[in-house]
Amino acid sequence: MKIHEYQGKEILREYGVAVPNGKACFSVDEAVAAAESIGGNKWVVKAQIHAGGRGKGGGVKLADSIDEVRSLADEILGMTLVTHQTGPEGKEVKRLLIEEGAPIKDELYLGLVVDRATQRVTLMASSEGGTEIETVAEETPELIHKVSVDPKTGLTDDEARDLAIKIGIPQELAGEAGKLMQALYQAFWDKDCSLAEINPLIVTDDGRVVALDAKINFDESAMYRHPELQELRDLDEEDPDEIAASEFGLNYISLDGTIGCLVNGAGLAMATMDIIKLYGASPANFLDVGGGATTEQVTEAFKIMLKNSNLKAILVNIFGGIMRCDVIAEGLVNAAREVDLSVPLVVRLEGTNVEQGRQILAASGISVISATTMADAAEKVAAAAAGA
Amino acid sequence: MSILINKDSRVVTQGITGKTGMFHTHHSIAYANGKNCYVAGVTPKKGGQEVEGVPVFDSVAEAKAATNCNVSVIYVPPPFAAAAIDEAVDAEMEVVICITEGIPVKDMIRTRDRMKGSSTILVGPNCPGVITPEEIKIGIMPGYIHMKGRIGVVSRSGTLTYEVVDQLSKLGLGQSTCVGIGGDPVNGLKHLDVMKMFNDDPDTDGVVMCGEIGGTDEEECAAWIADNMTKPVVGFIAGVTAPPGKRMGHAGAIISGGKGTADEKIAALEAAGVGVTRNPSDMGKLMAEALQR
Repeated sequence: MKIHEYQGKEILREYGVAVPNGKACFSVDEAVAAAESIGGNKWVVKAQIHAGGRGKGGGVKLADSIDEVRSLADEILGMTLVTHQTGPEGKEVKRLLIEEGAPIKDELYLGLVVDRATQRVTLMASSEGGTEIETVAEETPELIHKVSVDPKTGLTDDEARDLAIKIGIPQELAGEAGKLMQALYQAFWDKDCSLAEINPLIVTDDGRVVALDAKINFDESAMYRHPELQELRDLDEEDPDEIAASEFGLNYISLDGTIGCLVNGAGLAMATMDIIKLYGASPANFLDVGGGATTEQVTEAFKIMLKNSNLKAILVNIFGGIMRCDVIAEGLVNAAREVDLSVPLVVRLEGTNVEQGRQILAASGISVISATTMADAAEKVAAAAAGA
Repeated sequence: MSILINKDSRVVTQGITGKTGMFHTHHSIAYANGKNCYVAGVTPKKGGQEVEGVPVFDSVAEAKAATNCNVSVIYVPPPFAAAAIDEAVDAEMEVVICITEGIPVKDMIRTRDRMKGSSTILVGPNCPGVITPEEIKIGIMPGYIHMKGRIGVVSRSGTLTYEVVDQLSKLGLGQSTCVGIGGDPVNGLKHLDVMKMFNDDPDTDGVVMCGEIGGTDEEECAAWIADNMTKPVVGFIAGVTAPPGKRMGHAGAIISGGKGTADEKIAALEAAGVGVTRNPSDMGKLMAEALQR
């Protein structure tokens, strides 16, 4: 689960990480009032969307007066922000963060991730803040320093301080920076984060170490024990079809092709997308119905896929294991009757009771193109889409 | 022979009184030598019952003392599953197979750290399990598609494993053991570990590996294969069309920071001499061809 920058900073503040004074706003008037209450003579107006690259897209601007805060807030609020992470369609800005301007002396990078190889949390730090860390990793990997954190001890004083020195934080601020890193690690651990990134972490002219940005993602599997984090979810930032699908236990991701796919199992679902591409068509979605595939789930899956105006055909690929093909075929037939199937439907069933399943489909009277292997199915669905 | 489990394994089901544990224990007992292999079940505070003809104990340690079980399979719900692994490790099970999907990553980091220095082998979590055809089935896979033989199968995904097994069996290529290592980022056996076991198994002639996007396990396995593997390996990597930054069902199946793409994995495997197909319908055929060479 992703959250906004201002929400991430709230969490960091609770853990004692220094962040700029700031306030989340939903209107221009709120933005002006926030700037007035923060005080000073420099403010930052920041678009709050979940995607990165906001600065480059024109969603982060500096204001030198309250009037400028007003005009920038007016400009950014409601704009469609396009960044390398939003896709070409962009994302409408509905929230702003108004912050005090910080006198930046140096920009650094901090990031926490789960490292699959070491099976621990890794803290990454670099003197090269403010740019894409992937670019730094590619071009100057020697400038990225890492600590693999022992889950029993957490990030130790010495580890944190050493890392601060390595990324060029002055000796006299290394203790403070180390404490910030430890606080960041504690927040990451306590809140079941999957990613916590501060880019940039700044050293100010007046000798403070401050988190100027905060990107925090959480481990979906741990959300059951964090009701306080559920409240931070912003459904405006999520794909409405993905939300609808998740309510029916379907794992759905929108893609930009024309072939809807309904598959049981994540690996097989990816393999089905791949084979569709191999046969010259392209998938409109990833959809894993899991081990169940009830009539209700299949009906809902069809409805979600049919909403897509690019859709030209649907491929159902089910490997029946514990779940029998005859049961799945019944579900498919019922679902197909319930929705208005306006595109060709190719069904490939394999596994337990496959013959009964195929007979049910054939006898149902619904228009189904039956396929045997995955390759056969992909070929047929590509042809059906091309003819549609 | 086989790897990890065989007809002499003595299995304890953790979470046996739950719906899932009971269902799959029933089907596993019905498969091959299952009746002799499944010797115990564990559910805290439910000791003394009998489920599917198997005695239930309060703890794995008690189950071990009474039945000498050496392999555990876990169907415990996600909030308690990591603790169930810890319990099996503490009771010195030789192999622990965790089927449970959706265990918090933090719990698995703790559990894997606790396992340092232990000789217990963990398979999973979030996996279909392990089967040595016509001997023993531990997990949720449909037993009947398997056939005894000399091909090893290792995979991160469930139904995709069934797909490859089905292709192999239809070509008359039976399997020595099929191992589902699961789709989580922090887990037990990796492709590499299983590949080494198959290489050492005198009754395995070739290996099919199914990988997917995310992480670098397939690349590490490829590097080892290049220098050490004495048997033919063929592979398939799912997710060539998967977009970056999106979690494709499995918690571990995500391209992040530009790493873990299918193309990188395919290139690494091909460089190691592994026959890779981009057509998931051809996995069995590719293995058959590799054995001819």
